[in-house]
Amino acid sequence: MEIYWVLGIPLVGGIFLALWGSRGNAPEINAFFSLLTLIAASILTARIVADGPMIVGGEGWFFIDSFNVFLVTLTAFVAFTTSLFSRPYMRIEKEHSRLNDKRLRLYHSSYQIFIGAMLLALTTNNMGILWVSMEAATLATVLLVSLYRTPASLEAAWKYFILCGVGIAQALFGTILLYFAAEKVLGSGGTALLWTHLNEVKGQLEPTVLQLAFVFLLVGYGTKVGLAPLHNWLPDAHAEGPTPVSAVLSGLLLNVALYAVMRSKVLVDGALGNDLAGNLMMGFGLLSVVLAAFLIKRQTDVKRMFAYSSIEHMGLVTFAFGMGGPVASFAGLLHMTMHSLTKSAIFFAVGHATQSAGTQLMAGIRGLIKTNPTIGWGLMLGTVAILGVPPFGVFASEFLIITTAMHEHAWATPFLLTALGVAFASIFGKVQPMVFGETELPRLPYQPALTPVFMHLALVLMLGLFIPPYLADWYRQAAALLGG
Amino acid sequence: MTLSLTYHLQVINLLAALLLLISFAMLSQRRIVGLITLFAWQGAALSASTAIVAWSTGQHHLYYSAALTLVLKVIAMPWFFYRLVKKLDVDRDVEPMINIPTTMLIGIVLVIFAFNLAMPISQMSGTVMRSTLGIAMATVLLAFLMMITRSKAIPQVIGFLAMENGLFFAATSATYGMPLVVEMGVALDVLVGVFVLGIFFFQIRETFDSLDLKHMEKLKEK
Repeated sequence: MEIYWVLGIPLVGGIFLALWGSRGNAPEINAFFSLLTLIAASILTARIVADGPMIVGGEGWFFIDSFNVFLVTLTAFVAFTTSLFSRPYMRIEKEHSRLNDKRLRLYHSSYQIFIGAMLLALTTNNMGILWVSMEAATLATVLLVSLYRTPASLEAAWKYFILCGVGIAQALFGTILLYFAAEKVLGSGGTALLWTHLNEVKGQLEPTVLQLAFVFLLVGYGTKVGLAPLHNWLPDAHAEGPTPVSAVLSGLLLNVALYAVMRSKVLVDGALGNDLAGNLMMGFGLLSVVLAAFLIKRQTDVKRMFAYSSIEHMGLVTFAFGMGGPVASFAGLLHMTMHSLTKSAIFFAVGHATQSAGTQLMAGIRGLIKTNPTIGWGLMLGTVAILGVPPFGVFASEFLIITTAMHEHAWATPFLLTALGVAFASIFGKVQPMVFGETELPRLPYQPALTPVFMHLALVLMLGLFIPPYLADWYRQAAALLGG
Repeated sequence: MTLSLTYHLQVINLLAALLLLISFAMLSQRRIVGLITLFAWQGAALSASTAIVAWSTGQHHLYYSAALTLVLKVIAMPWFFYRLVKKLDVDRDVEPMINIPTTMLIGIVLVIFAFNLAMPISQMSGTVMRSTLGIAMATVLLAFLMMITRSKAIPQVIGFLAMENGLFFAATSATYGMPLVVEMGVALDVLVGVFVLGIFFFQIRETFDSLDLKHMEKLKEK
């Protein structure tokens, strides 16, 4: 029952805001709906923790286990905090007349639909509906990326649409091939694409077909994860869209796309009985980590730089899932959580910083600690956290990933360590003057709303120091579902 | 195999060949209006072949997808694009980035590649249409080629939709179509996508005064 609330609230919110969203209190309504979604998601989580995995609806439309319920909570939580951040942020954008009421209505309505589409992608049991909702999530955000209507934002949105469209078409072909294999075992009809049914018979699925299907699924959904060399859309879309959109794209959409890859991987591993899927993921993951780390060095735009950092971290998670095994899967899940929380916190801080400086170029942002200490510290702590400095949680997950890599795939360790080192040096070297540099700008007249930043960072810090036993258990269960 | 099934098979093969032919015609078409007409014809061939598969195999849900294709891809979308082209006044000759004979040669190579790729799978296919999977794949690749070689926004989108046609044909030829709920979902996404693009074209046009994507090459890694 809870599942219908989780999916229904964002949908109702989207329609409501599309009709009445041009009122002055639309940001509050948006936050309110996000809060309701979070409450519904928490109840769902509590239910799953108590009763174990469940299949809901008709022929088994929805399937919720430890793996996706954790992502549902994370998605609802970050969506809620982002809506809190977007409230004052978008209001200031309107005062600077970069946006008007009509566009804000589009923004708020699409925001809810986007969250709803991601939650549907996470909870559906049907691999076909998974594809449909991934595509719906893309479509909901295309017009958000071009919200400012600048030439650069239009170009970014076009690139996003076409590249992700082509990518997701590959995923559709992969899904068709999956159905082709499944139909032979399960018979044709609506149930042959249900993941739970496929999972039961995965050993009987035709390996040749599934092998080809996985390549298409990985390339397709991998485009949305931002895996190199299919990452071209990501920095543009993150840099040119409004900052709250960058935060949810980076913190949530990439996770959901990777979730789709992982669901396919479990099936393919069962059918093939070898490491092909894992090796492919390790290859793409490693390439993303290395390429992104070296591209970070060349960035001048702060949002672009952190977008590349997202590619790097998603690459790392993909690599960890590719290695497989209980420890690596555990670390991958932990890193996914840490990255979502930290990266959205960074984007919140960056949003306020660029707004007050009036530019996204790092050369134009100086001395944040003097103009506004809260933004300055928020950005500095966020950066330190994402770079994997202990005691933040990112350190714990990166440490686990690298030690596992040393044991099982020693050849990859030098690449990973070099990439992480290069990323550290470049990002830290660029953020340091932004925060501590000299500035002539006066102090910021208003107090920015940065509670979400410190909320996220406090969570990341807490998980770095101490993971509560029930949470660790939960991660372990989820890791086991990934074939750990 | 009964006599009527062989007869159906021949019609389906004919339509598949037509689909491939239209893909090549699209590659060589210079005018946007011509391209839209070809796209509508491709949709018609697809819809007809889906209906024939439905008839000859008794898969009733395929009638719905045939009707859906007819309404969306033969009537609604071409009509929408015609209006868009008229409103935006962009129907001039489009010069592809690679000249047409070269594109056609690349196209032929792609078709051979697609048939090779599809061979092992179509041998497993127990459906009536095993030879058509290669054509479906070729259509996808040719549409992809069209997207790469055109610099204008509308031809790129038509390429994208032609790719979707190819995928749809793959679904009917290899598996008698996806479950209906998935097909409806895909159709809804495509419809919303075209609608979003319609809005998007106006935004691009307003900002750049043209639908030529050559203006949109600012965002690059230096």
